[in-house]
Amino acid sequence: MISYAECSARERLALVVDKGSFHEWLPPSMRLTSPHLAQLGVPSAFDDGVAIGRATLDGHEVFVAAQEGEFMGGGVGEVHGAKLVGLMKRALRDRPKAVVLLAESGGVRLHEANAGLIAVSEVMRALLDVRTAGIPVIVLIGGANGCFGGMGIVARCADHIVMSDLGRLAMSGPEVIEASHGVEEFDSRDRALVWRTTGGKHRWLSGDCDALVEDDVAAFRAAAITALDAARPVTLDLLEAEHARLAARLLFEGNDAVAFWASTGAADAARVPDLDVAALQPLGAH
Amino acid sequence: MDWQTLADELFGAGHGITRDGDLLRGTVEFDGQPLTVIGSTDHAPVGVQLALAQARAVLDTLAQHPSRGILLLIDTQGQQLRRRDELLGINRAMAHLGMCIDLARRRGHRVLGLVYDQALSGGFITSGLIADACDALPEAEIRVMRLPAMARVTKLPEAMLAGLSESNPVFAPGVDNYVAMGGVRKLWQGDLATALREALASAPTADQRAEDGAARGGRRMAARVAQLVLDAP
Repeated sequence: MISYAECSARERLALVVDKGSFHEWLPPSMRLTSPHLAQLGVPSAFDDGVAIGRATLDGHEVFVAAQEGEFMGGGVGEVHGAKLVGLMKRALRDRPKAVVLLAESGGVRLHEANAGLIAVSEVMRALLDVRTAGIPVIVLIGGANGCFGGMGIVARCADHIVMSDLGRLAMSGPEVIEASHGVEEFDSRDRALVWRTTGGKHRWLSGDCDALVEDDVAAFRAAAITALDAARPVTLDLLEAEHARLAARLLFEGNDAVAFWASTGAADAARVPDLDVAALQPLGAH
Repeated sequence: MDWQTLADELFGAGHGITRDGDLLRGTVEFDGQPLTVIGSTDHAPVGVQLALAQARAVLDTLAQHPSRGILLLIDTQGQQLRRRDELLGINRAMAHLGMCIDLARRRGHRVLGLVYDQALSGGFITSGLIADACDALPEAEIRVMRLPAMARVTKLPEAMLAGLSESNPVFAPGVDNYVAMGGVRKLWQGDLATALREALASAPTADQRAEDGAARGGRRMAARVAQLVLDAP
């Protein structure tokens, strides 16, 4: 068992797709770096923090992208975002079986804030073009930096999300919420609280992810293969069902995860943080 | 600009837009055609509830009024920064709003965003930035995060970021920089009703923002990099 969380983006890619099948587009040898970071005296990366290309998954051609959390927290800058947009556009043109996004990102890269914000919205639109074409977009979330901000929105635009219990999926980081509304609102140092609120187990029980797996690259690979036929084109009926599901959540009062799980009918909600993935898999809202 | 002043200038008194908390909603008549107006005011934080209220208005237009145009009036301080909203899946609610707007575009509704006061980060990505086109009033303000918070997260000195904000369109909060980067199509000058008429008539249906950013010199890499991916061996 190899920890997905501890792998780099490129290590994950190599292990999730069929062995030796990854062919990179715009590889580091092209040295496409951010034009903005140098002005800040911040080191840049020759891939701007994301590797993209084509590969096969269980013999099927897929387009893939992997964000590197060790570089700027996986933040989306101008070049990083444009690589993702280009990948989606190419998927629309070349029609692979699926697009698989190994997401690890704090969202917009604040060092190039405005360009990153626009870039994330371009990724969103390009992703929805792909999804509308019936090509499933599958998002894998299990890196130490989680999937936050604009990328947390992008992930929820996809057809299918796979998470490990170590993964986190949310909008604002707990530090930002604590800085804004105080430690009583969200204690960012309380790791158990942070994971109860944004972690893989919660997202699984609430139905915000479609599969919960162990922190194991082989488990992510297996879940991605299972999802190859998970296309869910966006229709008015689908959005009405989504709306009803989300509107029902507003009936819940408070901000406590255990109470939330109990309200959804999970048995022994208080024990959830202690349960392992195998024990939780039958309990998801699916 | 105050939303009521804006609404009066665009649609005349008795325009039919009502305020419910931070939500603006209504159907107006413009040049003899009905137009759905959805928005927020008072620099509203966008939480799960407000995102869903706006999504509801989009879905109602989709279901009941095929091809009717939608105008998004944007004034937001960004996403709601509360633990409850995170627990309830604020990113999912915002994605839902964005996907409702996206589906409206695909089904032939012209969707136009207008930043009439303030737009920040998450509240902007799933409104104006996913419309067919997003315009702004010249006095509006658009930014990702306030400088003190940005300095804390990036661990860069606030004075340094403040200096860059003066000169670098990638940091500076002004709407002009968003125009230069292609994120905002144009600023409305002069008579507002004339500007709206032109904006509705000329809204593109394809995403041209990267090309606009390159042509205007504010974002030179995005379109080129995306094209490189398409051409890569």
